[in-house]
Amino acid sequence: MTPTTTPPGVTPAPTALFSSPVPPLRTVQLLTPDGRRADDGEDPEVVALAAALTRDDLRGLHRDMVLARRVDTEATALQRQGELGLWPSLLGQEAAQVGAARASAPQDRLFPTYREHALALTRGVDPLQVLSLFRGVDHGGWDPQTSGVNPYTLVIGSQTLHATGYAMGVQRDGAVGTGDAGRDTAVLACFGDGASSQGDVNEAFVFAATYQAPVVFFCQNNQWAISVPSDRQTRVPIAQRASGFGFPGVRVDGNDVLACYAVVRLALERARSGQGPTLVEAFTYRMGAHTTSDDPSRYRPAVEVDQWRARDPIARLEAHLRRDHGVDDEAFAEVAREGDALAARLRRGVAEMPDPAPGAMFDHAYSEPHAQVEAERAWYEAYVAGLQDEPVTGAQRGRA
Amino acid sequence: MRSTTPDGTPDRVQRLTISKAINLGLRAALDTDPGVLVLGEDVGALGGVFRVTEGLAKDFGEDRVVDTPLAEAGIVGTAIGLAMRGYRPVCEIQFDGFVFPAYDQIVTQLAKMTARTRGATPMPVVIRIPAGGGIGAVEHHSESPETLFAHVPGLRCVSISNPVDAYWMTRQAIASPDPVVVFEPKRHYWDKAEVDLDATPYPLHAARVVRAGTDVTVVAHGPSVPLALRAADAAAEEGRSLEVVDLRSISPLDLAPVEESVRRTGRLVVVHEAPTFLGIGAEVAARVSHSCFYSLEAPVQRVGGFAVPYPAARLEGEYLPDADRVLEAVDRVLDA
Repeated sequence: MTPTTTPPGVTPAPTALFSSPVPPLRTVQLLTPDGRRADDGEDPEVVALAAALTRDDLRGLHRDMVLARRVDTEATALQRQGELGLWPSLLGQEAAQVGAARASAPQDRLFPTYREHALALTRGVDPLQVLSLFRGVDHGGWDPQTSGVNPYTLVIGSQTLHATGYAMGVQRDGAVGTGDAGRDTAVLACFGDGASSQGDVNEAFVFAATYQAPVVFFCQNNQWAISVPSDRQTRVPIAQRASGFGFPGVRVDGNDVLACYAVVRLALERARSGQGPTLVEAFTYRMGAHTTSDDPSRYRPAVEVDQWRARDPIARLEAHLRRDHGVDDEAFAEVAREGDALAARLRRGVAEMPDPAPGAMFDHAYSEPHAQVEAERAWYEAYVAGLQDEPVTGAQRGRA
Repeated sequence: MRSTTPDGTPDRVQRLTISKAINLGLRAALDTDPGVLVLGEDVGALGGVFRVTEGLAKDFGEDRVVDTPLAEAGIVGTAIGLAMRGYRPVCEIQFDGFVFPAYDQIVTQLAKMTARTRGATPMPVVIRIPAGGGIGAVEHHSESPETLFAHVPGLRCVSISNPVDAYWMTRQAIASPDPVVVFEPKRHYWDKAEVDLDATPYPLHAARVVRAGTDVTVVAHGPSVPLALRAADAAAEEGRSLEVVDLRSISPLDLAPVEESVRRTGRLVVVHEAPTFLGIGAEVAARVSHSCFYSLEAPVQRVGGFAVPYPAARLEGEYLPDADRVLEAVDRVLDA
């Protein structure tokens, strides 16, 4: 990752003109991997935001992470049982997502990738709606108005431009810099280390900087884009890309929920007050496979996963809660029971989830009737009506 | 900006170029709906490279007529986000050949967003594309990519051929809750006609007979409509009566007037500048061959561009359909 070395095969430039040293990068951390507070030397505003969290707030962050991991474990099991087509695990990224979600205001709009299960859960999206996407019932059609979370985006990086445009709309609505905490609005654009190479993400940076849009670019650098390590995406720390676009970039320990919460909250407040975009790079790790279709043993050593397991975001906060806040076994057991109950509800909900009506595919191709679609719908309905002897659902026909 | 009558009221019937008619359509939309935004490269102070947006930034402000960074994916991608926030963005793509950096956002995101969200997120986004050749331009400035958009479910596509449609189709496209790609015939931006700004507009997605005839039906859209009309004039001198149908809408296609015409003439020629291979003419031919099978007296003929990259300007006269190529096809359907 150290970018100041010359790439192999390149002769160093003879003058200082092209030396272009990258300044050293700090990683904001408030909680050490063994659960001790580490505020010394950190930004006072970040420290103050974390210090303002009550014992109940901290337990809430812990609960959010545990529930998200339980949803993830259950979804992986459901995929193995054939109930879901695919599942992209968020294992290891709970702190980054829960911290960011808890940092957001109710009126903020969050633009997820397809791995933001903890973020969605924390903001109130029913996990069953996420599972319905991966079961193939729909494409993720929850209503963003109720949770503030947009539907997942599968194509890498596309949503960062949507987030930026949405933020440009927020500006035009006069919902930035009014000083009214219930009105000023920010946007969170999620993406990953792989997406940082995409043109769309870089164009989003340009547009956001140009118009000073109220958007926080939240990169969860989980080190792996399927099988490709993050040093194939960038020669400099991703957070430092921001300076080239003209806005601040911060790297935060992505497995430290306090630091993620505080840094994202500051960045969102900066956006809401009209100071423009920020890039926050949450340095974390994808502890599981890319998806249930992936086999990470083909490209990364187990010892690397073990090293990151020692920095587990949930274990870290749990150690902190035990040491500094007297939270006991029974309290943790209660959260675990809540997780099990949630998992049971998901199992039941997935089993009971109906397939969509066969003609549903015609319903929303357009907002207003389109002659081609209506003609094909009419043909399809007549065709199905002609098969009265052997009624089958569209899904069954597709599997036949 | 507007011409006025002696008593100072705006003249509601004006002789307008296509460029000016689109400008007035944009102006009316900006005037009546505060959610309408114009986004694009050089659309502000310059008024666009074809001057279609001339004066709009001055009159409506740079927040509503927005000079964007030079990034087409960024223009369309941020327009999607603006639409999610309740705005109605109108994106100008500077030239047909420059749309492809935005093609991913158009095909993968814009076209699918309404279906993906089961109707919760309408996408009232307009993408204006000056299209077609014949202006002696350098590479990437003369293309006709309508098939590449019409083939994408979720998009609506229309093609302007005259100033009246230029005004009304612009307004109707902006009013649509669905994404609409509008192809503007750049070679004909300065064609003039009288436009009644108070008229009842023709439906956006309806084809229209623009010249009645009895011997052969000629179907065209956009810049090929003036061509078809010229061919009809030439044919008339030889005593052949061509009926010309302006498709106007590419998605959805309205073939009812075409079918009605072909049932009378029994002969059909389809003309467009795009390559004939898998072009709109292929769809028209397939559909009419199906619906008018027993009326057709000859195989449907297609006239269009060749299956080669658009040639350098010195050769575009050979590439583009002209009246002779249309008339040669007319000969073929009549001599069959």
